[in-house]
Amino acid sequence: MTTGTKEEIVFKRPEALNEVVSHYCPGCGHGIIHRIVAEVIDELGIREKTVSVAPVGCSVLLYNYIDCDSVEAAHGRAPAVATGIKRARPDLICFTYQGDGDLAAIGTNEIIHAANRGENFTTIFVNNAIYGMTGGQMAPTTLVGQRSETTPRGRSVANEGYPIKVCELLNTLEAPVFIERTSVHDVKNVRKTKKAILKAFQNQIDGKGFSLVEVLSMCPTNWRVDPETGCKFVSEKMVPVFPLGNLRDK
Amino acid sequence: MGKKLLVAGNEALGEAAILAGAKCYFGYPITPQNEFTAYMASKLPEAGGIFLQTESELAAINMVLGASAVGVRSLTSSSSPGVSLKQEGISYMAGDEIPGVVVNVQRGGPGLGNIAPSQADYFQATKGGGHGDYRNIVLAPHTVQECVDLMILAFDLADKWRMVSLILADGVMGQMMEPVEYPEKVDIKQYPKDYILDGAKGRKARIIRSLYLVDGVLEELNNRLQAKYAKVKEEEQRSESDGVDGAELVLVACGMCARACRDAMRSLNKQGRKVGLFRPITLWPFPEKVLGAISEKTKKFLVVEMNAGQMVEDVKLNTTHDSDVHFYGRMGGGIPTPPEIVEKANEILNK
Repeated sequence: MTTGTKEEIVFKRPEALNEVVSHYCPGCGHGIIHRIVAEVIDELGIREKTVSVAPVGCSVLLYNYIDCDSVEAAHGRAPAVATGIKRARPDLICFTYQGDGDLAAIGTNEIIHAANRGENFTTIFVNNAIYGMTGGQMAPTTLVGQRSETTPRGRSVANEGYPIKVCELLNTLEAPVFIERTSVHDVKNVRKTKKAILKAFQNQIDGKGFSLVEVLSMCPTNWRVDPETGCKFVSEKMVPVFPLGNLRDK
Repeated sequence: MGKKLLVAGNEALGEAAILAGAKCYFGYPITPQNEFTAYMASKLPEAGGIFLQTESELAAINMVLGASAVGVRSLTSSSSPGVSLKQEGISYMAGDEIPGVVVNVQRGGPGLGNIAPSQADYFQATKGGGHGDYRNIVLAPHTVQECVDLMILAFDLADKWRMVSLILADGVMGQMMEPVEYPEKVDIKQYPKDYILDGAKGRKARIIRSLYLVDGVLEELNNRLQAKYAKVKEEEQRSESDGVDGAELVLVACGMCARACRDAMRSLNKQGRKVGLFRPITLWPFPEKVLGAISEKTKKFLVVEMNAGQMVEDVKLNTTHDSDVHFYGRMGGGIPTPPEIVEKANEILNK
């Protein structure tokens, strides 16, 4: 019996997202953020002129997932590589995708100066308050009291200082056009993250300058919790330290 | 060729880079090469290129990496301590197999050292410098004219082999003024650009990477690199020989030391001594073929360097086993003088 009901595709894999098995752990936020970036690339129709700069860390394999030209950067140097790319070929669209160790520890110098020059590229900064790939060491964004492989008694202010608030730090500079902190711990915030990332890419297309979206994300494996508790850790522990919202939209 | 101009080495390097089609310069101030950076700041934008003073040497070399990855000729320059910082990026560029030009106007070391001329970065330049098994093409100018010629060659070789070309000058070469003739136009050879990132339009996405986690894949990359280096070694050795036929003693030196050796050679020849000069122009690949052939006939060698004895190791490796290889060097800004070299040569010849 045919009813004549027409099938409609309401959800599909973005064109810019490769059909591959994920290497990320259960409950990790990278998959969600990768998908958002791919959706944005599709919606803006920029896949064929986009170059991604992969960091060092869990998301070094970014290029396995996002289907565009890509170059690996040394640890922390992605903003310098992106600067070289955009200065040499301003017609290309370029984004860096960096974790907290990459951007806020070893690459602090590069991100601050790229932002300060107002380089016309987009940075996706994934903050999960821990080093993932190396197995759960303290990140510059690790919370006070948070345990890690290298802070077994919890991060102590006396020994390790306070978590670095990257958005607030960059917001002291004149040049950046867009700075926003979002999260992917629930659907509402996933949607807000997409909106921010879309804007961050659109700014680049419009030639406006440097845009950064900091995305609070889950790392249940290295936090030693289950995925559900991971989402709670973001909303209950991280958000109070790293408040969500837009800091700059010029 | 154009008209003769009196210019300093640093300026000659800059003008030659522009003539060679460099479109991006990224650099950080350090003595004794600041005139080079200033020249690029002044002239490269006029030539339609990009000049950027960077926050660090690390940033500079990684910007070169980025520009090269999208197929644009780019370079950075520095002096010894700064070049140490660039080693990270140079190693990545080797693994990525992308071209680029780096200039090292060497100063005294180790550490902060001083700002006097030195050749103490020979090992760093020719044996790797950064981590992993890789090589750079290393060119050593000994006149300001050669700064021009080798800069143009450096870009060509970098593109041809998809390697980093390193110009290893010493502080004297950067500061010294000599007449040069710039070519009116450089014929820039085009090599396949099937690796560059220019947007995956109508083709599969390209990835420039040096991370290979799957078993055996990194070994394959290394085998490919070593095969390439073997070809470079076969095809790109360059050197100058002066008066080596029938010489009792051959002086071996590059850069500034080659100039002192040429003076010393003339004095020794006047004294009736048959002394020649062998000057490596490519320090890597080391010109072993010509040196090996010389050592079939001449058995005495005196290697003169502004370091504790670095190139002398390559001379020993590439001369016949019965060769008698001596060394004279000064460090920390000391420059071997012609009379010192004459004295040392006579000592060897009188043995």
